[in-house]
Amino acid sequence: MMNDPTSPKRDAAETVNADGLLIEVRDVRKHYDAVHALGGVDFHLKPGEVVGLVGHNGAGKSTLMNVLAGTIERSSGSFRLGGREIGAWSAASAQQAGLRCIFQELSLCANLTSAENTRIVHRSLRGLGWRRRARQVIGPVLDEIFPGHGIDLDRKVADLPIGERQMVEIARAFTQTSIKLRAVILDEPTSALGHEATEQLLAHIRRAAGRGIACILITHRLNEILAVCDRTVVMVDGKVVAERPTAGLSRAALVELMGSIERPRERTAGKVASVQAPVIRHAGRDTTDLTIDVGKGEVIGFAGLDGHGQRERLRAMFYASRRQREALPGAYVAGDRGSEGVFSLWSIADNLTIRSLNALTRGGMISGAAARKLAETWSNRLNVKAPSIDTPILSLSGGNQQKVLFARALSSDAEVIFLDDPMRGVDVGTKQEVYRLIRAEAENGRAFVWYTTELEELTNCERIYVFREGRAVTRLEGEAIETGRILQASFGGDHV
Amino acid sequence: MSDAPARVPARSPSNPRSALLNAMQVGLPAIALLVMLAIIFSIRPAAMSYFGFHLLFKLSVPLVFAALAQMMVIMLGDIDLSNGAFVGLITCITALYLGDAPAIAALCYLVLIAAYAGLGLLIHARQLPSIIVTLGMSFIWLGIAVILLPAPGGSAPAWLAAFMSWQPPLMPLSIWLAALAALAGHLVISRSSYGVVLRGAGGNPRAVQRAGWSVVGIRVAVYAAAGLLACLAGLTLTGLTTSGDANVAPAYTLLGVGAVILGGGAFTGGVVSPVGTVVGALTLSLAGSLLSFLQVPPTWQIGAQGVILFLVLAGRVLLSERAR
Repeated sequence: MMNDPTSPKRDAAETVNADGLLIEVRDVRKHYDAVHALGGVDFHLKPGEVVGLVGHNGAGKSTLMNVLAGTIERSSGSFRLGGREIGAWSAASAQQAGLRCIFQELSLCANLTSAENTRIVHRSLRGLGWRRRARQVIGPVLDEIFPGHGIDLDRKVADLPIGERQMVEIARAFTQTSIKLRAVILDEPTSALGHEATEQLLAHIRRAAGRGIACILITHRLNEILAVCDRTVVMVDGKVVAERPTAGLSRAALVELMGSIERPRERTAGKVASVQAPVIRHAGRDTTDLTIDVGKGEVIGFAGLDGHGQRERLRAMFYASRRQREALPGAYVAGDRGSEGVFSLWSIADNLTIRSLNALTRGGMISGAAARKLAETWSNRLNVKAPSIDTPILSLSGGNQQKVLFARALSSDAEVIFLDDPMRGVDVGTKQEVYRLIRAEAENGRAFVWYTTELEELTNCERIYVFREGRAVTRLEGEAIETGRILQASFGGDHV
Repeated sequence: MSDAPARVPARSPSNPRSALLNAMQVGLPAIALLVMLAIIFSIRPAAMSYFGFHLLFKLSVPLVFAALAQMMVIMLGDIDLSNGAFVGLITCITALYLGDAPAIAALCYLVLIAAYAGLGLLIHARQLPSIIVTLGMSFIWLGIAVILLPAPGGSAPAWLAAFMSWQPPLMPLSIWLAALAALAGHLVISRSSYGVVLRGAGGNPRAVQRAGWSVVGIRVAVYAAAGLLACLAGLTLTGLTTSGDANVAPAYTLLGVGAVILGGGAFTGGVVSPVGTVVGALTLSLAGSLLSFLQVPPTWQIGAQGVILFLVLAGRVLLSERAR
């Protein structure tokens, strides 16, 4: 069922790249005032090569990619493209040179259709009949990468679910008109894709490499790197610290190179807490939709392919728990930080305490001292890396922003915490810290309902519900939680 | 629709009900316009004639252009509060200079359009809120107009007045101009490949920038186009009133915004419809006439016009929520 994209095409790619380097940068630096985002990076890319780029959030991966894509100007260093020295570099010249980038946050215009978004990156799509030609450019690529995607190219992107938007964005980067496509940079491309679409994308990256299109893949999902890349580059603190051929590299070795140690898979399911009566019982819509029970101190997981109703159920449970007066207080940690998580103009402290204002009120007014104390305590406990709690939240890296959102929920009086795929695009180190914290809080009696698209995270759960086509169809407990069974349930029994 | 039922999420494709609601949302200003016309014709059947249409829509021409100017700015997610004052200034310049010294008038127009482009540059480069910059500019335009023409006066050149009272075949001039403006706007903004880039720049400027376009250039060009359209509004208005007046058109600012929103535009940027805007402008300019036909006393008319605007806009918001 999961076709392995690694094996057959690897050799084909390596024969292409004999004729020198496509991209070569030396000692590239980027600093914002005193902050060094890149401290002298050497990097090169051959035609048709697939390079994986890994590192913590804030390690400078995205900055390096933005420098290559021309959206950030380097402070110093040399940049050679196809053997030619490049001086000033811009997004327009990167487009001209056939360099494309899929940025971490989606960069489609939501008010336009998929076909119109294709036009935005292709200057040659103009004149009479451009709309039809734009459809002919994006359609076949979309069909090739994600067969059976079912996306209407004339629908506004805003009306597409996030997974489909990401598919459109990926396909758009691989389209080609008058300019020859030479390299595609993919920054966290799979964060919103389901398992099958991810496999399809990885297979396509190998196919593209076979045609001489180089790819740089940035992802926190290390198995994707191991599955598809020829070479892996590890960045730490704005510098490249290691560079290895991927063949023969193990996951543990990769994590070790990044400086965080992979913990052995440990299960917390040992404690049999679920004997007691559940604190939440959320009935399904009909008989095929399972009732979800949440007990005190339990970690409940929602699994299944992305977009199969997990988020909707999570929200329904959250709202249901708010409506009942006698119900336990709940908190919701959003995965889509930008649109439903952070208050982008506020400081860390303001973002962190917003859920706890009632508790911080003294005589009808918010006590500034109590609020600061709460923010201080929790940003320390979650190890938020920031100069002070008054720092604007947007100056933090994605992982640290997510920590603040966790702190918002954990510092509140909530007894049940709903997690909406909160670890999307967060680095391994931060994840481990947060997993430990979730377990510790669960020991203290807090319950977690956790929707995640990453199978590994489900090992933190005592019980999981696998969703398929809008319904919770399978319930797995304790030792029964394993990848094979989850996949089997997500795809439907007949599918394996 | 494809053979991959396992992956396609359980989500109903565009069902006919929401398609109908979507169509109604687009057609709402047109429906409102037709309802108003029906009421007027039922009261006074004689109005259903070439001359009747001419009288009903005569004053809508400048508003159509002013609303299109506003639409350009709203397309970028900005708003122009100086639109009405600017139109007033143009009427003063036209009435003072266009007849006797057309070169000076043309120079003034060019300088003012360049000033609009400069506003776009200023707003973009300094990341200033357009609402503040244009609010300030509205007083500057008004100030210049009052210096030029302290009291209403001057006179429109004869050819301009003659053009505005010209009665072309088939339809009155106002309808011709509105139709041509809507068609041109539709082709440029909604259909052309460059219109897509402009709307994209309103919806997600970073994405457009990253695709290699100059968002500064786009903003400057769009503001210049807005200035040009506002100039056309001022010219046609002078042709109708045959004199200049600094305070003739302050209502255009908000009527223009109303027309854009009524026509399917959104303040978030990137979502505008030139055809809708033109129909919206016709609807709003007809609202005044409708009240006269209904024999609403003049003292109540402005308030009643507000009620009509409120009802139509609320209807649109309700429809767009249902269509979701």
